[in-house]
Amino acid sequence: MAGETTPPGILLTTMDKGVNWARTRSMWPAAFGLACCAIEMMATGGSHNDISRFGMEVFRASPRQADLMIVAGRVSQKMAPVLRQVYDQMAEPKWVISMGACASTGGMFNNYALVQGVDQIVPVDMYVPGCPPGPQSLLHGILSLQEEIMAGTIRR
Amino acid sequence: MSDTPDLVTGDRETPIIEPPVSVTEVDEGASRREVHDMWVAGTEEPEWVRTATDEGAQEMLPEGDDPAAAIQRGIAVDDDFVDSDDTDADQRQIINMGPQHPSTHGVLRLHLELEGETIRRVKPIIGYLHTGMEKTAETLSYMQGATNVTRMDYLSPFHNELAYSLAVEQLLRVEIPARAQAIRILMTELNRVASHLLWVATQGMDVGAVSMMLFGWQDRELCLEFFEKVTGLRMNHNYIRPGGVAADLPDGWEDDVESLLVKLPAGIDRHEAILNKNPIFLDRTRGVGVITPEECRQYGVSGPIARGSGIAHDLRKAFPYSGIEQYEFDVPVGKHGDVLDRYFVRMEEMRQSLRIVHQVLNTMPAGDYRTEDRKVTPPPRKRIDESMEALIHHFKLFTEGFRVPAGEAYQGVESPRGHLGVYIVSQGGARPWRLHVRAPSFAAVQAMPVMMTDSLVADLVATLASADPVLGDVDR
Repeated sequence: MAGETTPPGILLTTMDKGVNWARTRSMWPAAFGLACCAIEMMATGGSHNDISRFGMEVFRASPRQADLMIVAGRVSQKMAPVLRQVYDQMAEPKWVISMGACASTGGMFNNYALVQGVDQIVPVDMYVPGCPPGPQSLLHGILSLQEEIMAGTIRR
Repeated sequence: MSDTPDLVTGDRETPIIEPPVSVTEVDEGASRREVHDMWVAGTEEPEWVRTATDEGAQEMLPEGDDPAAAIQRGIAVDDDFVDSDDTDADQRQIINMGPQHPSTHGVLRLHLELEGETIRRVKPIIGYLHTGMEKTAETLSYMQGATNVTRMDYLSPFHNELAYSLAVEQLLRVEIPARAQAIRILMTELNRVASHLLWVATQGMDVGAVSMMLFGWQDRELCLEFFEKVTGLRMNHNYIRPGGVAADLPDGWEDDVESLLVKLPAGIDRHEAILNKNPIFLDRTRGVGVITPEECRQYGVSGPIARGSGIAHDLRKAFPYSGIEQYEFDVPVGKHGDVLDRYFVRMEEMRQSLRIVHQVLNTMPAGDYRTEDRKVTPPPRKRIDESMEALIHHFKLFTEGFRVPAGEAYQGVESPRGHLGVYIVSQGGARPWRLHVRAPSFAAVQAMPVMMTDSLVADLVATLASADPVLGDVDR
């Protein structure tokens, strides 16, 4: 990046790259566990898989302080308005990962009680398959989302 | 409420059955909500609102909505909640905790009526994870059913599968080989350890010992690695099925279990070394969240909570299942019924479970891992290429499933949270006509007001963690 003309110790980059780098390297998830997937989400945060390697160990209880909502588990009709409210309370820019089969499509529960896919309520950036997805799958989803963000622009 | 459309019965013209006696006279609250929600049977309780299903869901009252109707739907707090006869009523404030709250262990919502920092009234509101699993079970064949029930109490999937499989086998009247029974005990007892390890992690974290979170998960991962090796999945295994288990134990399982039997006790000792003499932990738990044995019986509370109060009841001793009576173990019992006693009970339960695992390891019988009855379990892969009959059995099993004689069966097992029961009614088809689950966490949540009233908000978090409810188990 440093060109011929810049003095030593100076790095030049684009605004997009700089901001996106900051965004991806400290993306704080909202603690939004619902069901089985929440246990695997917590396992991802545990010592064995250690999500803090990616600057994401700070699970925030308040949606105001969170950048990423990991919808971990089945979303019931009763939970849907709550989920939307939590999403609305999050500050821009914000991203959503739909973790697991139930959150993505309703999974094996095609019945009166469940929302058949959380993308009916909030926009989803990344779907993680599995029932439940293991910590490795979730990490893969998170890293893919980070790649997406790095490739994008901060203008909206 | 009778004119509200009913989600369970749909448009069926079923009259609401009024039982002669209210069940709440017998069972203090463990049933009243569930009876109405799931069975549409009436109770005489004034607080007769739909809670598990989504009618109570509309959080935001539309403009001009009638508050009385809102109360009926369970949105607002009922009248006496606010207008208490107490002279300090105007000093009280109502706050809402959950359903999205880090300490509610899932999507539990608590209405709290506070006087300063003291809780004067608690009202648990459930149903945010209602998945309709009991209804879904009616559309799945008996063989698929284990996939469904394993997702209820997702911290003890093996226990769900075991209760379900035992109930189906009761109806089928099939004999399960000794090896399959021993494998079932091995997996369920290791599952108890994994579940309690997660509990000690969250209990520690909720009273401020965040390092417990890391240690607890670390040891739980050891169990999960073994589960993954045996079943292919870390959770929701679908391993214990009607007729036996899905696959035999893998080669070298003895070494894995032996290594677990070395590492897990060391982990439990380490947890106790951190917590047992920690003055903060002791202060936060001793005398907190007390429930008496009488109250436990009233609310149908079982498992470590009841044992922490001094009720020496364990289904493994009272109604042994799957051959557990041949193993030696003790049932730890507490005295004070507080959070600390529940902690001691669970820590000792882990040791006792490992004691059972040790005996299973030494006495694992040889033989088949599932019943030879080809009407119930599929033939080995090799036989399908050789035998027309095996091919037909295989085809029939995976298209129609097996038929179960008409009748009803109830089977309880001791899950890490208490008495988990599965009740199946069969009308002779390949699918259950009705499946109901008696969930231990449900009773625990119903008893929360008893444990929490007149305590501090901070103690509520400790009490909640010690009850160890799994909301998937509560709501299903």
